[in-house]
Amino acid sequence: MFESLSLLSLQQYWWLIVSLLGALFVFLMFVQGGETLLFSIAKNDNQKSLLVNTLGRKWEFTFTTLVTFGGAFFASFPLFYATSFGGAYWVWFAILISFVIQAVSYEFRKKPANFLGAKTYEIFLFINGLLGPLLVGTAVGTFFNGAMFSLDDMKHVTWGTPFRGLEAVLTFHNLALGLAVLFLSRVLGLLYFMNSIDSDVIYERSKKHLLYNTVPFLVFFLYFVIALLFKDGFAYNPETGIIAVESYKYLHNLLAIPLNTIMLLVGVVGVLWGIGTTLLKGGTKGIWFAGGGTVLTVWALLILAAFNNTSFYPSIFDMQSSLTIENASSSRFTLVAMSYVSLFVPFVLGYIWYAWKAMNNKKISTEELEQEHHVY
Amino acid sequence: MLEGIDVSLVDWSRAQFALTAMYHWIFVPLTLGLGILVAIMETLYVKTGNPEWKRITKFWMTLFGINFAIGVATGIILEFEFGTNWSNYSWFVGDIFGAPLAIEGILAFFMESTFIAIMFFGWNKVSKGFHLTATWLTAIGANLSALWILVANGWMQKPVGMVFNPETARMEMVNFWEVLFSPMAVHKFLHTTSSSFVLAAIFVIGVSAWFILKGRDVVFARKSIVIGAVFGFLSIIYTIFTGDSSARDIAHHQPMKFAAFEGLYNGSEGAGLVALGLFSENSTDPGNENLKDFAVKIEIPNILSYMAFLNWNAFVPGINDLINGNEKYGILSATEKIARGKLAIEKLKAFKEAKKTGQIALADSLKTEIMSPDFQKNYFSYFGYGYIADTDTLVPSVALSFYSFHIMVVLGLYFVFFFLMALFYTIKGKIHKKKTFLRIAIWTIPLAYLASQAGWVLAEVGRQPWVIQDLMPTFAAVTKISVGAVQVTFWLFAIIFTTLLIAEIKIMMRQIKIGPKTEGEPNHV
Repeated sequence: MFESLSLLSLQQYWWLIVSLLGALFVFLMFVQGGETLLFSIAKNDNQKSLLVNTLGRKWEFTFTTLVTFGGAFFASFPLFYATSFGGAYWVWFAILISFVIQAVSYEFRKKPANFLGAKTYEIFLFINGLLGPLLVGTAVGTFFNGAMFSLDDMKHVTWGTPFRGLEAVLTFHNLALGLAVLFLSRVLGLLYFMNSIDSDVIYERSKKHLLYNTVPFLVFFLYFVIALLFKDGFAYNPETGIIAVESYKYLHNLLAIPLNTIMLLVGVVGVLWGIGTTLLKGGTKGIWFAGGGTVLTVWALLILAAFNNTSFYPSIFDMQSSLTIENASSSRFTLVAMSYVSLFVPFVLGYIWYAWKAMNNKKISTEELEQEHHVY
Repeated sequence: MLEGIDVSLVDWSRAQFALTAMYHWIFVPLTLGLGILVAIMETLYVKTGNPEWKRITKFWMTLFGINFAIGVATGIILEFEFGTNWSNYSWFVGDIFGAPLAIEGILAFFMESTFIAIMFFGWNKVSKGFHLTATWLTAIGANLSALWILVANGWMQKPVGMVFNPETARMEMVNFWEVLFSPMAVHKFLHTTSSSFVLAAIFVIGVSAWFILKGRDVVFARKSIVIGAVFGFLSIIYTIFTGDSSARDIAHHQPMKFAAFEGLYNGSEGAGLVALGLFSENSTDPGNENLKDFAVKIEIPNILSYMAFLNWNAFVPGINDLINGNEKYGILSATEKIARGKLAIEKLKAFKEAKKTGQIALADSLKTEIMSPDFQKNYFSYFGYGYIADTDTLVPSVALSFYSFHIMVVLGLYFVFFFLMALFYTIKGKIHKKKTFLRIAIWTIPLAYLASQAGWVLAEVGRQPWVIQDLMPTFAAVTKISVGAVQVTFWLFAIIFTTLLIAEIKIMMRQIKIGPKTEGEPNHV
């Protein structure tokens, strides 16, 4: 069935899948957001354990989504994988190291004889919660603002600065996206606590912090989106592959793909609805609206970055090296083979959903933790 | 293309990959094997309803969890390191290599991470049957993860199912099934997983032996030993069979690696196997430090020929045959391969030039020529040789390959004996009285790790200078970045992973000391 698709359709299909994984990852970074709130929401050790255990049952989804996102990007757009990872060396390693120290922290934090002490592992979680969303957001900003690389005949990457990607934070538009993602992840983390923990104290405290985090999130997010509408973009000519700067490129893309624009609007409304109803009326369902909204918003933004003949990873060092879904993708054969594998995705999502429901049908409480065999 | 690549950059990048891979491999085999063992134990609990089996299951599951976390932590780096430190490689073979990594994520990692949550936290939330299913799916998911990454590794050792496309300057996949079912990949997967089962079985027996020696939880420990001994014995037998098949793959597709791990300098018919040997400081060739001579060796005649080609008198090429060529047996010399590789590179350059200057007809004819099966087989298959300046560099470290192979094999044979003893004492019902054996069992745990690491040292050092056999030398795969940057990340990982390893061992030891918990004992939250 996939054999009959054109190469461009396959490239677009894979961009949709990779973007969806990226969008799910941003939603699942509620785990990271929650990790930055351990010290402000919990007032005693019991409450902290409750928060850690609530996040601890989900951290692997986030982690696995990141790994799968990396693998899928490698398989479908290997030139991006080679260029960005090999080029923006420091950014990616900073992100990865924060995930390395996270992966052990849940399991090791409360174990006797854990060498570094509970506090260190909590700080590890905080570092991951802070750096993960901030740097991932900033790195995604370079999809719109460009990065400092050039590619030779054999597609070997050279980077234009010795900072190897860290210079991205100097562009405020990138940083604004990083900060928006950071505060969004904290908002989602709070909504998740309110949804999953059976404790009035934690609920009320989370609600208070929800307001404090919503304001900066909105400021940075709105700045990012509005600046995006007015900024130049990097367009490519589908016939020749030549890259050129186009004024209001992203505004043009919004007008050119109305379905995506609607998805973006629905997503933003979903996020605001989830936050708004929780702040005004209380309740525990806010995470579902805000989470679903996050997925749609991020998905739409990533589509905006690559469709309609747009370079999804422009180079501001050597413009003709810019990456597009057409020049960075795998061969037709690999895309077709991988497309068959993608048919398993709904099945995977199905069992994740089923397992999530089976585990979350009761709120988590201190009493439950006392009876559990395995606690973090 | 490769101007200005610093030798020390290649060395540091290799060192970093070796460091992270070897750290990762400390934890993975236990996850692969203990996952299955825990699933077997829980199956016994569900079948018999005996709460003692539940207690046993939960104890080993706790150790599984501690080990799993650090395995995950060390694993994420590896996946992204292909991009960060081997970006030229990532583009050159990403079209083939990326797919197994993606499938690994979609089909295996999610299975593992979804069901592990139920396995650990679902005891009171889901039915017994559902929980048992989750435990099995976690174990199967872990082993499936190994499948995909080993398919990728197998492909690097013996590239199949692809064609070189000059247009994109990379290898492109043309047959997915050939990549997946390549015998090199299949044998590698089976050998790696079964040897991991052996390691986990030794771990279970060794830890249980400690309990018996301490006079604690003897019933629990004896039951654990029974499972470990039976599972371990079956696994080691299978490991030997798959190892034998792997050796034959190497003899056929990586003759230099085969000659190196056997220390075979001059090939012969009816070649003998050096069962044990020690190298001297002297080289057989004064110009090449890699070619160390034997100080002593014990050789068994004809065995090597049989091992390699199932024929007692077959010719096994030695290192010198592979470098100088051997017309009688149809072995091309290294110089000839280099010439063919250079020709392939020149054709590619001519094609690129023709494209650039708009000579469409010339470019098309060159592309047709490059992509023709004849050119791909006789010239392109030596593409990597075109970058080799000195034929001496075609020989991997003989001593390191030889020692790692022999450590692995000798320990493997010892494990057969070890499991037989464990089985024998268990059947006789006397294992708790055999203090010496129990002490040996504890000391066998580090040996299992040693054998496992040695296997990977052989696989990866033995194939040097290639990152992809015959197609891409390691130095051509590296990301152009300052050596200082790689040194910083190397030491960062060395410090972080070593710290985490110390923490893991301390936690593990303490949990073992605490021992299996009795049902209903409260947690200290």
